[in-house]
Amino acid sequence: MKPFAYANPKTIEEAVKLLGDAWGKTEVLAGGTDLVTSLKQNLTSPDKVVSLKDVEGLSGIVAADGSLKIGATTKLKDLIANAEVKKNFPCLVTAAESIGSPQIINVGTVGGDLLQRPRCWFFRQGYGLFGTYEGAALVPDGDNRYHAIFDNKGPAQFVNPSSLAPGLIALGATVRVHGPSGTRDLPVAELFATPKADTDREYTLKPNEILTYVSIPMKGLKNATYEIRQRIGLDWPMVTASVAYEDSGGKAANAKVVLGHVAPTPWVSDKAAAALNGQAVGEDSAMKAGAAAAEGATPLSMNGYKVHQVKVVVKRAVMASMA
Amino acid sequence: MPNKDEHLDASGISRRGFLKGVGAASAATALLTGAQEMKEAAAQAAAPAEMGPGNVTIMLDVNGIQHKVEVEPRVTLLDALRNRLDLTGTKKVCDRGTCGACTCMVDGDLAYSCSMLAVEAVGRKITTIEGLGTPDKLSDIQKAFIEHDALQCGFCTPGFVMATTAFVKAHPNATLEEVRKGMGGNLCRCGTYAGITQVALGTPAYVKGGA
Repeated sequence: MKPFAYANPKTIEEAVKLLGDAWGKTEVLAGGTDLVTSLKQNLTSPDKVVSLKDVEGLSGIVAADGSLKIGATTKLKDLIANAEVKKNFPCLVTAAESIGSPQIINVGTVGGDLLQRPRCWFFRQGYGLFGTYEGAALVPDGDNRYHAIFDNKGPAQFVNPSSLAPGLIALGATVRVHGPSGTRDLPVAELFATPKADTDREYTLKPNEILTYVSIPMKGLKNATYEIRQRIGLDWPMVTASVAYEDSGGKAANAKVVLGHVAPTPWVSDKAAAALNGQAVGEDSAMKAGAAAAEGATPLSMNGYKVHQVKVVVKRAVMASMA
Repeated sequence: MPNKDEHLDASGISRRGFLKGVGAASAATALLTGAQEMKEAAAQAAAPAEMGPGNVTIMLDVNGIQHKVEVEPRVTLLDALRNRLDLTGTKKVCDRGTCGACTCMVDGDLAYSCSMLAVEAVGRKITTIEGLGTPDKLSDIQKAFIEHDALQCGFCTPGFVMATTAFVKAHPNATLEEVRKGMGGNLCRCGTYAGITQVALGTPAYVKGGA
C-alpha cells in the first residue's frame, strides 16, 4: 500500500475542497470495509484519503417533506434497526440484513454500499476494471460464472455489487451530491453508468463530489427484495430482485422491477414491470414478470444459470411483497 | 490528532466556538438537508486537518487503557494492535475483511480490525480478546468454547469468541437459523462449527449471563 496523507474534515465544504479533480489522486473513506482492502491490493493508490467520520450532518435518518432521508454515513445496522425503514421499506431491510456479516453491517455505510467497487475477481486481482491482460479480455474465455448477463457486449462485464441500489431504484429514491459548486440531486438509477474506459468509474459522481444522503419518497408502495445466495454468511448474492408497486385493490400499478448482480449497473426491467401492471398480484403474474425479466439476456460461457435465476428471483420477490 | 475542543483551547469560549458547539449538538439529530444548515456549516469551515503520510501520534483506547501510538495513516487497527501494542490475540489471516479472525469490538460493535485504519479508531472504545478474559480468569464464552471443544487449530478462535460474545448478548435465546445468520462474519477452516454453534445457542446456560 502506498503511503497517503489522511484528513478528517468537520464540514462537507471542507471535505469537498480536499478532493482532487481526477480519479485516484484522492479517495473518500466512510466505513472502510471496501476502501481499506482496495488500498492494500493497490486497486487505488491515492495521495490523500479524506475521512467522512467527523463530517457533521452525514449520519442519521430523518423524515421530511414526505420522504425518508438517510445520511450517507448511516451504518447499515442503523438502517436495519430504524422503525420507519422497517415499516415502509422492507426491500431495503432484507437486502442489508442479507450481507451476512455483523462486522460489515456494523461498520459499513449506506453510501459505501452504493459506491463500493465491483467484486469481479479479475478487477480485484489487478487486471483492471475490464479484466484485461496484455490487451486481451480475460472475462469471455475465463471463469465468468458471476459476471453479467445483460449489457455485457461492451468491455464492461462485471456486475454492480450494491445490495441497496435495486431497492432504492424500485422505490424511486434520489441521492444528493455535494461538489465544489454546490449540490445536485439525481435519481439513484442515474448514479450508475456502464464505464466505457477502464479509467472511468462505475458511478456518475465526479472525483470531487461526495454523496451526502439518499431520499426515499414515502408513498406506501408495496415492496420486497429476494436474493439467491450460495450461503447464508458473508458473501455477495448471485442474483437479486427488488420490486415496488402501488397496490390498487390487489392489482399492481406503476410497478418497478430492478435486478442486481446481472449487469454492470443495477438492471431496471421495464418488461417485468409491464407484466405486473394492471394484473392481480399473485403467483401467475409473478411468474410472468419473472419470464419477462429474463428476456433478452445474453449469458457468457459459464453463467447461463443466471438466466433461470432471474425468473425465480423476480417471482419470489413479487410473492414476498404480498406478505 | 486534533483534540475536539481545540478551538476552545486556542481562543477560549468565542462566539465562533459557541456556534460550533450548537452546530455539533443539532447535527446529532438533523441531517445536512437544508440550505440554512449548509450556510451555518460553511461559516464554521476551518483549516482542514491533514496528517501524514509519515508517522502521526494518536491515542487509542484499548481494553480501557489509553495508549499513545505512532503510526502512518495507512496502518490498520489490526497492525497497530499486533505490531505496536503487542496485543497479538487478534489474528491476521485474510487481511481483507472476509474471514473474521481479526474481529474486535469498536464501541461495543463487532468490527474487522483489518479493514479499519488505526487513525479512524481514535476516540472509540476498542475491545480485543485480551479484554474479555485472562488465562486465570476466562470469560464465560471462553470457558464454554473449551467445554464444547469449539476449536481445533485455534487460529480463528479469538475472532469467534468475540463474535459469539456479541451474538449471545444480543440473542440470549437464539434459534439455529439466527446463529447461522448472526455468526456469518467468521470462518473456521478446521470446521469446528458444531461446537461454536452449541455455545452460540446458549449451551451451557451460564453463557447467557453475559461474558
